[in-house]
Amino acid sequence: MTYDNVAYFAQTWGLLYLVVLFAGVLIYALRPSARKKFEDAAQIPFKED
Amino acid sequence: MGLIALPIGFCAAIGLILAANAQDTAMYVHGLMFFVGSILAGFWVIKSTTGAPKAAAPKTPEGFNDGVVRAGVIASTFWGIVGFLVGVIIASQLAFPVLNFDLPWTNFGRLRPLHTSAVIFAFGGNVLIMTSFYVVQRTSGARLAGNWSPWFVFWGYQMFIVLAASGYLLGVTQSKEYAEPEWYVDIWLTFVWVAYLLVFLATLWKRKEPHIYVANWFFLAFIVTVALLHLVNNLTMPVSFAGSKSYILWSGVQDALVQWWYGHNAVGFFLTAGFLGIMYYFVPKQAQRPVYSYRLSIVHFWSLIFLYIWAGPHHLHYTALPDWAQTLGMTFSIMLWMPSWGGMINGLMTLSGAWDKLRTDPILRLLAVSIAFYGMSTFEGPLMAIKEVNALSHYTDWTIGHVHSGALGWVGLVSFGAIYYLAPRMFNVTRLYSVRMVSWHFWLATIGIVLYAAAMWVSGIMQGLMWRAYDGLGFLQYSFAETVEAMHPFYVIRLIGGLMFLGGALIMAYNVYRTAKGDQRTEQPYAVSNAPQAQVQGAVS
Repeated sequence: MTYDNVAYFAQTWGLLYLVVLFAGVLIYALRPSARKKFEDAAQIPFKED
Repeated sequence: MGLIALPIGFCAAIGLILAANAQDTAMYVHGLMFFVGSILAGFWVIKSTTGAPKAAAPKTPEGFNDGVVRAGVIASTFWGIVGFLVGVIIASQLAFPVLNFDLPWTNFGRLRPLHTSAVIFAFGGNVLIMTSFYVVQRTSGARLAGNWSPWFVFWGYQMFIVLAASGYLLGVTQSKEYAEPEWYVDIWLTFVWVAYLLVFLATLWKRKEPHIYVANWFFLAFIVTVALLHLVNNLTMPVSFAGSKSYILWSGVQDALVQWWYGHNAVGFFLTAGFLGIMYYFVPKQAQRPVYSYRLSIVHFWSLIFLYIWAGPHHLHYTALPDWAQTLGMTFSIMLWMPSWGGMINGLMTLSGAWDKLRTDPILRLLAVSIAFYGMSTFEGPLMAIKEVNALSHYTDWTIGHVHSGALGWVGLVSFGAIYYLAPRMFNVTRLYSVRMVSWHFWLATIGIVLYAAAMWVSGIMQGLMWRAYDGLGFLQYSFAETVEAMHPFYVIRLIGGLMFLGGALIMAYNVYRTAKGDQRTEQPYAVSNAPQAQVQGAVS
C-alpha cells in the first residue's frame, strides 16, 4: 500500500463516504415530516424531575 | 447475595495472590489494596443485605436509583479538590523548583500524571458517571438497570483511581500520556467500563420514552469510544505474572500514532462528547426552556463523532509520522470547527429569551460561560492543528494554556453547574445552602482561568519565538536555560490563577457540604426579574 493508493482511496471513496453520511444526517434531521417528532423530543427533559 | 459473594471473593483471592508473588513493591502494595478493597466490598454487601433497614432513603415517585448519583456528587467534589490541589502544587514546582524536595515521590515527573489523571479521570470521570446515571433515568423514565451493577461501576471506578494514583507515586507508569496506568489496572478498568456500558444500555433498553434524548447519544458515544480507545492503546504484554511492568504491542511511529489517536479522542469523547451530554440536559433544565434546535443537536452529534476520530495525528506534526497522515489530522481538525461551533451556538442560544436569568442565576452563568469557553478552545484547537501554527506552538506552554482553557473553562465550569444543580435534589433539600457563594465561586474560577490562559499564551509564544531565534551567524540566539528563566513570571501568574480556581472549588465543597446537612444560609436573594417564568432563586422545580 503506497501513499498514492491511500491518497486515491481517501480522495474518492473516503470523500464520498463522508459526504453521503453527512447528507444522510442532514436529511434525517431536517426532513419536514419529523418536525413534530423533534419538537416533542426537545421537551423530554421537562417530563420527569 | 449469594451470587455476588463469588466475584468479590474471587477479587480478594486475586489481590492476595498478586501480593504474595509480587515482583516489585508497587505490585505488592496494589495486591494488598485490591484485597482490602474486596473485603470492604464484601462487608458492605453483607451489611446492606442483612442489616437492619436504614431510615429509608427518599424515594422518587418513579423509583429512580439516586443513591449512586448522590455518591457521585460527593466523589466528584472530593476528587475535584484533590486534582486541583495537585495542579497547584506542580504549578508551584514549575515556578519554584525547590518544591520538588528532591524526593522521588514528590517530584514533578510523578505528580504531573497524578494531576492529569485526578482531574480528567477522577473528577471528570465521576462527574460523567454521576450525570449520565442521572440523565439517562430522567430522560428514559426508567430506573437504572441492576441493583449492584451501578454500585460496582461507582466503587470499581474509585478503586481504579486509587490504584492508578498510588502507582504514579510509586513510580509505576507505561509512559503513555493520559494512559499511564499499567496493564493490571487497565484490565480492572476494562471490567468496570464494560459494566458501565451494560448498565447504561440496559437502562435505555427498558425506557418508557420512545425517543432517546440527544444527551444520551452523547453519553453513549463517550462510553463506547472510550472502551475502544482504552483497549487498543493498552494492548501490552506483562513482563511477569505479578510484576507491574509491561511492554506495548505497537512499536515506533505506530505506537505514537495509536497513542495520539487515543489521546486526542480522550479529549474528543471523554472531555467533549460526555460533557456535551451534560450541556444538552442541564442547560435546558436550568434555563427552563428546551434546547435551541433539536435538529441542530442531531447534526452536531453525528458530525462531531465522525470527524473527531481522525484528528489525532495533529499531535505528531513534523515527526516520523508520514506527511499525508499529518495533513489528514490537520484537515479533520479544521473541519471540526463546524460541529463544535454548531454545538456552542445551540447551547448558548438555548438561553435566547432568558438572558436576564444570567444576572440572577449564578448556576446558569457557570453553564453559559462554560459553553463560551467551549467555543473558544474549539476555535483555538483547530488553529493550533495547522502545521505552520503548530511549528510555533508545539512543545510550548501555549499547548498547556489551550488545554486548560478547555479543561478549567469548559469541563470544569459545566461540571460545577451540574454539581450545583444536583446537590439540593440529591440531598432532598429545597435549595442550595448559599446561592451567593456560587457567585463567588463563579468569579474566582473565571478570573483564575483568564489569568492562567493569558499567562500561558504569552509564555508559550515567547518560548516558541525564543527557540526559533537565530543570530546573524546562524547560531541559536538563546540557550534553553534562558527561555526557562524568561518564563518564570508567567509561571507565578499561572500559580495565582490556579490558586483562585482551587479557592472557588473549596467554596463549592463547603456549599455542597452544608447543603447536604440541610442548612440554608441567611442571605439577600438575587433580585428576580418580573418575567413570568421567573422562579425563586435556586429552588428545586
